[in-house]
Amino acid sequence: MNVRMLVKRSLAGAALGLAATMALPAGATPNEQYFPMIGWRTGPLTPLGVNVAAGWIDYMDLLNKRDGGINGVKLTWEECETAYKVDRGVECYQRLLRNGPTGASAYNPISTGVVYALLDRTTTDKVPIVTIGSGRTDTTDGSVFPFVFPLGTNYLSTNTVKIKFIGMQEGGMDKLKGKKIVNLHMDSAGGRETIPLLDAQARKYGFEVTHISVAMPGSEQQSAWLEIRRIKPDWVILREWGVAPAVALKTAEKTGFPLNRIVGVPFAGTEDDLIPAGSSAKGFYVVHPMPTGEFPVTQEIRKHLYAGGNKGNLQDMSRMGLIYYNMGLTYGVLNTEAVRTAQKKFGNKPLTGEQIRWGLENLNLDEKRLRELGVWGLVQTIRTSCRDHEGGGAAKVYQWDGAKLVQVSDWIMADKAITRPLIEESSAKYAKEKGITPRDCSKE
Amino acid sequence: MFYREAGQYKTAYATDQRIFPILQDRAAFTALMVAAFVVIPVTGNDYWFNGLLIPLLILSLATLGLNILTGYAGQISLGSAGFMGVGAFAAYNFMLRVDGMPILGSFVLASLCAALIGVLFGLSCHRIKDFYLIVATLGSQFFIEWVLTKFAWLTDYNPSGVITAQKIVILGVAFDTPMRRYLLVLTIVVLMTLAAKNVMRSAFGRNCMAVRDMDVAAEVIGINVFRTKLTAFAMSSFYCGMAGALWAYAYVGTVEPQAFDLDRSLQILFMAIIGGLGSIMGSFLGAAFVMLLPIVMNMAGSAMFGHSIDAGIVANVEHIIYGALIIWLLIVEPHGLVRLWQIGKEKLRLWPFPR
Repeated sequence: MNVRMLVKRSLAGAALGLAATMALPAGATPNEQYFPMIGWRTGPLTPLGVNVAAGWIDYMDLLNKRDGGINGVKLTWEECETAYKVDRGVECYQRLLRNGPTGASAYNPISTGVVYALLDRTTTDKVPIVTIGSGRTDTTDGSVFPFVFPLGTNYLSTNTVKIKFIGMQEGGMDKLKGKKIVNLHMDSAGGRETIPLLDAQARKYGFEVTHISVAMPGSEQQSAWLEIRRIKPDWVILREWGVAPAVALKTAEKTGFPLNRIVGVPFAGTEDDLIPAGSSAKGFYVVHPMPTGEFPVTQEIRKHLYAGGNKGNLQDMSRMGLIYYNMGLTYGVLNTEAVRTAQKKFGNKPLTGEQIRWGLENLNLDEKRLRELGVWGLVQTIRTSCRDHEGGGAAKVYQWDGAKLVQVSDWIMADKAITRPLIEESSAKYAKEKGITPRDCSKE
Repeated sequence: MFYREAGQYKTAYATDQRIFPILQDRAAFTALMVAAFVVIPVTGNDYWFNGLLIPLLILSLATLGLNILTGYAGQISLGSAGFMGVGAFAAYNFMLRVDGMPILGSFVLASLCAALIGVLFGLSCHRIKDFYLIVATLGSQFFIEWVLTKFAWLTDYNPSGVITAQKIVILGVAFDTPMRRYLLVLTIVVLMTLAAKNVMRSAFGRNCMAVRDMDVAAEVIGINVFRTKLTAFAMSSFYCGMAGALWAYAYVGTVEPQAFDLDRSLQILFMAIIGGLGSIMGSFLGAAFVMLLPIVMNMAGSAMFGHSIDAGIVANVEHIIYGALIIWLLIVEPHGLVRLWQIGKEKLRLWPFPR
């Protein structure tokens, strides 16, 4: 786009904006459901921000163009740039809170830091936050966190899937006894989150776990891997993200640790992390609650948004069907299905954040519904309740073959018997600190 | 014409020593205070308080703290965010571990803790200065961040290492709405700013400036250089500590050590430089420029373009314009925004015939 066009457009846009604000008569509420999007297209995690936003916007756009919105209610959205900074995220939250005819439907901050900062505010402002594949694990307990929804699979669940997968590789959970597992984690809030869980599982299954921390941002891991070489573990859990996983895999290769004995968290093994590593990361396992690949819904998006020279929100078409884009699709599916669920109770009109909160808490996506939406295999079955805001808890395991992620297991369900007490302990502590009386879920 | 002081006679020492010797300035300051304490709380909304004003005031306070050290005493520091972190975590632990601790008391104690840590790291200024001191303060930044993540006791064994700040209750009044929190922050910032202004006009402030301008000469005329530098470190860290506690309690409500990383230190240093080193007012102008300009540009960008072009292009263009503006500003006026303000005042004084 040349400068002249940019200036022209900006002037026209400004005039349009002014005209729109002046022309809108008071009282006439447009039939629209408004989604605030606090994300980023600049900063350290640009690929994540750009592609998730693209998937999410494309899905909402698909519903608008193909179905005319949700039961006649058109979807609208507005982006606010945070550059992955917490304070900018809080500012964006406040800025978009009351926009649209009924205010913000639900926030999906993606960034864990922003989730923590918004925890209290959402309860007072009566707007739900949805944290798919990120956020704070104990918010799964909906009796203490009525407005927070870590839909899909939380960090603890993903971690139990890893242990289950390791058990499967060893030939049964009883074979874990006496095995040595190293938990190589980032030295940050999210990085330390699984330590108590792994300790509990180590006691239960009789394996030995060693926690080794890597200082942010993790560009230097020589000493950590030397220690791993000394311990000689059977498996390494790689709880790293950003620049760290690539460094870890390179260092592992250098120190002679077999890569097919490393299991990574989702953000350690997206295509964006692994393509630069190429064949040197071959054999590395990753657990993904939001899978890679193309699904019927992807074809629909290609047909309705991209066919005939049209453009959707995705600039680089080679990204379609990759993890980040599919994450965006999942955000789109779960948020809009919550709107649909809430409409059944409150009517087919623009809904408030509080009404959508009800929809999020009563989601029921079974195989039939997921097939109807064309997302079977992409989105796991999810059923939420007051007690359980996670609703799912499964993940698939992939292995990097040097060029792409190859699925090596179907959905593996998390071991909730072991995560639930930890979640309840943590949420009870939060409730006590904050003076929150938990809701009685039997009455909901 | 507007800033003519003609006819305003000073007949007592007290009038001569005023912060604002000219009537026009006093009137403008009073108007500003009335606006901040009365008009804004009545007319503002939650977005103004939570999204803009509270963080702006807190960052201004931190910038002011750095300005005392860097602008007045000439010791460049890259450790401001670390000291903010000390303030935030210390306030949390005082509230958690001392029964019946009043919140303001814990803020003050936390700031004193930050001051103490500041003095400890400031000890190195006895031997080193300039670039070497920058590196030493950079070390303090990383050291504090490391301590806050390493020792779980500091975060009350919270597995994720994130503080949930306690509620603010002062004399039975809960500061639970954005407007009340804004008033609390505003009061603290105004009081501490007045204190800083007066301290910097005292003998200590003049000692600081003497040390900044030439430490050998300062020593020759009998100023204890080491003690002056250390006091400046203490005072600066006290201000940063208070800013950190307010950031945790009055702004985000939860705090993780990453909120006080090197980026924040650099941001505060830029605020001080762009606003004008060695100026109280510059701290506020600089904080406003660095914090608000990206937000204003972001709003303008999304209002103008909306869905019409890729949001990524808009976001990146904002960064480019912002960077260009800073470079342009520092070329045109290396002494910062406050110098522009002074030039403006001077021109108004000579108006309608300004040079």
